[in-house]
Amino acid sequence: MPRNKPVTSVGDTVFAGVARTAALAIMLALAGVFVFLFIEGFPGLSAPTDVYRPAEDFLSYVGPLVFGTIWAALVALIIAVPFAIGIALFISHYAPARLAVPIAYVIDLLAAVPSVVYGLWGGLALAQALKPVLVWLDTHLGFIPLFVGPASVTGRTMLTAAIVLAIMIVPIVTAISREIFAQTPRLHEEAAMALGATRWEMIRLAVFPYARSGVISAVMLGLGRALGETMAVAMVLSATQVVTLNLISDTNPATIASNIASNYKEASPDRQAVLIATGLVLFAVTFAVNFAARMVIARGERKIAR
Amino acid sequence: MAKSIDVSDLNIYYGDFLAVEGVNMTIRAKAVTAFIGPSGCGKSTFLRTLNRMHEVIPGARVEGKVVVSGQSLYDSSVDPVAVRRQIGMVFQRPNPFPTMSIYDNVIAGSKLNSKRLKKADADAIVEKSLRGANLWTEVKDRLSKPGMGLSGGQQQRLCIARAIAVEPDVLLMDEPCSALDPISTAAIEDLIQELKSEYTIVIVTHNMQQAARVSDDTGFFNLKATGEPGHLVEFNPTTKMFTNPDEESTEAYISGRFG
Repeated sequence: MPRNKPVTSVGDTVFAGVARTAALAIMLALAGVFVFLFIEGFPGLSAPTDVYRPAEDFLSYVGPLVFGTIWAALVALIIAVPFAIGIALFISHYAPARLAVPIAYVIDLLAAVPSVVYGLWGGLALAQALKPVLVWLDTHLGFIPLFVGPASVTGRTMLTAAIVLAIMIVPIVTAISREIFAQTPRLHEEAAMALGATRWEMIRLAVFPYARSGVISAVMLGLGRALGETMAVAMVLSATQVVTLNLISDTNPATIASNIASNYKEASPDRQAVLIATGLVLFAVTFAVNFAARMVIARGERKIAR
Repeated sequence: MAKSIDVSDLNIYYGDFLAVEGVNMTIRAKAVTAFIGPSGCGKSTFLRTLNRMHEVIPGARVEGKVVVSGQSLYDSSVDPVAVRRQIGMVFQRPNPFPTMSIYDNVIAGSKLNSKRLKKADADAIVEKSLRGANLWTEVKDRLSKPGMGLSGGQQQRLCIARAIAVEPDVLLMDEPCSALDPISTAAIEDLIQELKSEYTIVIVTHNMQQAARVSDDTGFFNLKATGEPGHLVEFNPTTKMFTNPDEESTEAYISGRFG
């Protein structure tokens, strides 16, 4: 006797097919992007020396850009994460509902502002406003390598770019963290309260341990956005080919994305290939960062599950 | 030190909704007091007003007095956090902190109360509390393992150890055995009998046999009618309550004729 096929409904089959197609499509798109970058960028890896002006070869050309990309994103994260977690905690655990809802709404709106607008604001308003701050940092904290003078006269510094980036990633980190904080099991919160924990102690005992891996994921999403952000950085930063930790001077490294955006239109075909190759490097950097982050999270979770 | 609790004319509200009305009772020190009654009659709500856990729900408030050895808990000068440090609580479902080891769970409250804790003192508190909760012999070799790895009954005893580690005056238990199997339940009931030599214990239970077994005094809560606030019908020594109650409705509830 032939084995009967398991009974399935038509709707189920159709939906499974649609879902599978969608999943495959995204994998194909990702692979397609990689193949494009690789084919188009490959000549850029070993072009004649003068194409890499002012650098000599591909590595010395892309090196400062990779540094600038990671440095800008890192500074942005350092600024943004405490803010985002603070806002998220305020919304989920401190603010009364009539305050929490509008604040959450405004934060979500911030995420919808196009990056060009942030770029305009950062390059004009914020850069102006930061000038005295930069001078102050130079005079009082100049002994720290981050704030060695002379302070920029235009205000278009790494610090300005990082602040703009920070404002751009605060909403996404806040939104996800808030969601996770709010999901903390009531049982754990009450366990802490019943021991005589204050609100803050309760958050440390019950909320943070529960939310830890989720918040790390949120931060990684923010980092991803900061690494890839193009227009805002291109419009704010006055960039040269340097590697420096200095946050307040006129000479700043560009980021990969902003460098592509500012140079692609006028570039010769040779030069375009080089820019695409840097795009390939950005692809790899983003991948590596995400991968590393996931490893960190997985290790943390294993430790808890032990 | 175990302390007695005097409750007078206590009304409990959620916003405008009066949940429990006009409770008067005296809970004796170093005795076990049980609250029984049908679901939704306000016995858990009332229990939570005894350490001000009630008010963590927005809009929740009380009128009336709860006095623990001369100190009114709801005085404007009283910090609810300080109240909860003196009146410990064990919940319906075991709730050890999931990311913490057994050791860290027990010591969590003490770490809040005194920031600088010597290792030797902490070790002593952990051992004493776990012994007090009849859990020491079962876990002494795996104190650094997560509390969530224990069985349900062990987790509940871990929660009791965590509560008594800060040496409270009173221990409140909100249906502590309702998520446990009969053997774990028996272990907790034995433990309650031992703990009452040092603590004032108040327990809410759905299980009338449990109330009869473990408690010295029993309070019966009920609703006058659906939608009406809950109230305390009768409060008497447990032996009297289960043999010759004053109220007819108590008799009806205990003998299973309703509820």
